[in-house]
Amino acid sequence: MAIKKLLIANRGEIAVRIIRAARDLGIATVQVYSKADKDSLAVRLADEAIDIGPPQASKSYLNQAAILAAAQNSRADAIHPGYGFLAENAEFAAAVEAAGLVFVGPTAQSIRLMGDKVAAREAAASAGVPTVPGSQGRLESAEAAFALVETTGFPVMIKAAAGGGGRGIRIARSAEEFHHLMPQAQAEALAAFGDGGLYVEKLIEGARHIEVQVLGDGRDVIHCFERECSLQRRRQKVWEEAPSPSLTQAVREKLCTSAVALAKAVNYRGAGTLEYLYDDRTGEFYFLEMNTRIQVEHPVTEMVTGIDLVREMIRIAGGEPLRIRQDEVRVGGHSIEVRINAEDPARNFLPNPGTVSGLSVPSGDGVRFDSMLYQGYTVPPFYDSLLGKLIVHDRDRPSAIRKLERALAELSVEGIFTTKPLHQALARDADVQAGRFHTAWLEPWLESHAATLATAPPPSLAKVTS
Amino acid sequence: MATQQIFSPLPGIFYRKPAPDKPVYKDDGDVVAESDTIGLIEVMKSFNEVKAGIAGKIVRFLAENEDAVMAGQPIAEIDV
Repeated sequence: MAIKKLLIANRGEIAVRIIRAARDLGIATVQVYSKADKDSLAVRLADEAIDIGPPQASKSYLNQAAILAAAQNSRADAIHPGYGFLAENAEFAAAVEAAGLVFVGPTAQSIRLMGDKVAAREAAASAGVPTVPGSQGRLESAEAAFALVETTGFPVMIKAAAGGGGRGIRIARSAEEFHHLMPQAQAEALAAFGDGGLYVEKLIEGARHIEVQVLGDGRDVIHCFERECSLQRRRQKVWEEAPSPSLTQAVREKLCTSAVALAKAVNYRGAGTLEYLYDDRTGEFYFLEMNTRIQVEHPVTEMVTGIDLVREMIRIAGGEPLRIRQDEVRVGGHSIEVRINAEDPARNFLPNPGTVSGLSVPSGDGVRFDSMLYQGYTVPPFYDSLLGKLIVHDRDRPSAIRKLERALAELSVEGIFTTKPLHQALARDADVQAGRFHTAWLEPWLESHAATLATAPPPSLAKVTS
Repeated sequence: MATQQIFSPLPGIFYRKPAPDKPVYKDDGDVVAESDTIGLIEVMKSFNEVKAGIAGKIVRFLAENEDAVMAGQPIAEIDV
């Protein structure tokens, strides 16, 4: 059933992105919003807008009943969840379908399978996709854990099964350290989460984060090559690019083929991303997890392949088969995306919501700015700090970096501090220019460059509300 | 004795507890020191402690747990 009216169950820049894709397909749009987002760009752009509750996400963007009621009242026939919020909530996907609506994404079953760390690892292993050597499930005893590390070797990471966001992680570099840390980790996990279950995984030091974009229609799957997102702060990506500057053609082929094999094995439908760790010294890659949704950094893939991923996922949700064959997907040039966040890099990335008193947006060939900003907009404090993404495309990586510097110089967000000075410093850095980095590279760099970042000129007319 | 107000230093979501399953930092009637934490403000997913800022006895909270607050909004009354 072709979609005629799409409800967007998200906010910010991705809501704007989805409205644009829908409009390009001739589909009407309904934007749901919290009271804090009444004046948002997405609300202004959509054909209709419906208030779904107070600012707190738990009472609005995570309120499944309110979103389903808005879909029914507006006679929308499909819901796009964007990323975050309900995008990877299997129960919501099932509720959308049970209400007779289309969920723009995979089946609830795929979301559930890939959301379960152990099940996802098993699915990967049976599709022949390498995973990080480690425990296949929870380890309840120190003896079982030690028997395992005898096979993986050191260093290893000890993680709480119930933990998340980096909490409860310990690194052991020898058997001695392991014997010392294991009981500590177990006691801490029990105290913090009421669950002493642990995972043990080999630590791949100096690894890069590389991910493969896939598109499936429930029968067939294609890949749209990879993105590298190794520049991260607190496990949040800050700079992403396509293609990866570190893959050889042979590894690229193996990696992308493995992603298609896994996505096919689960009959994947929609846009999805398989995340991997890549060790460029050994050429080995290891599957981490699959994100069953569109990702923040999807535009770099769009820029190098010319495929509109959001449009394709809406078409597929409407029942169309894949209309691009694998041999038609080609990479042209190089693309870089940087995240423009409402954070002050000079003050340890302090978030600073507030009013955008002036805005100049860069343009020109190969420059794209996906954002939720307009002049006079007040950024609310209730959601994440992403304001927008500056994306550039050029014939090769050095040209793309030069274009990024030019576009950053043209970008001016007045009234609030943003991460623009960070990206300007990164673009000038010799290691970044040479593509010499890994997932643990940026944090020490930020420490050693704190002085440079602190002297970056503030945005003009800066008024900080915090 | 004079009654004063404690103001939110930031805009965001106000929490009276360190975690959903933990007791409140302070209750009505509690005596607090200047450096005592009386709540948290979540701003763009980062959590910031709110200090009493003044010693005294809390009369009552003006903002509830999980209320959306503006910078400068009174969140508690305190007898000093």
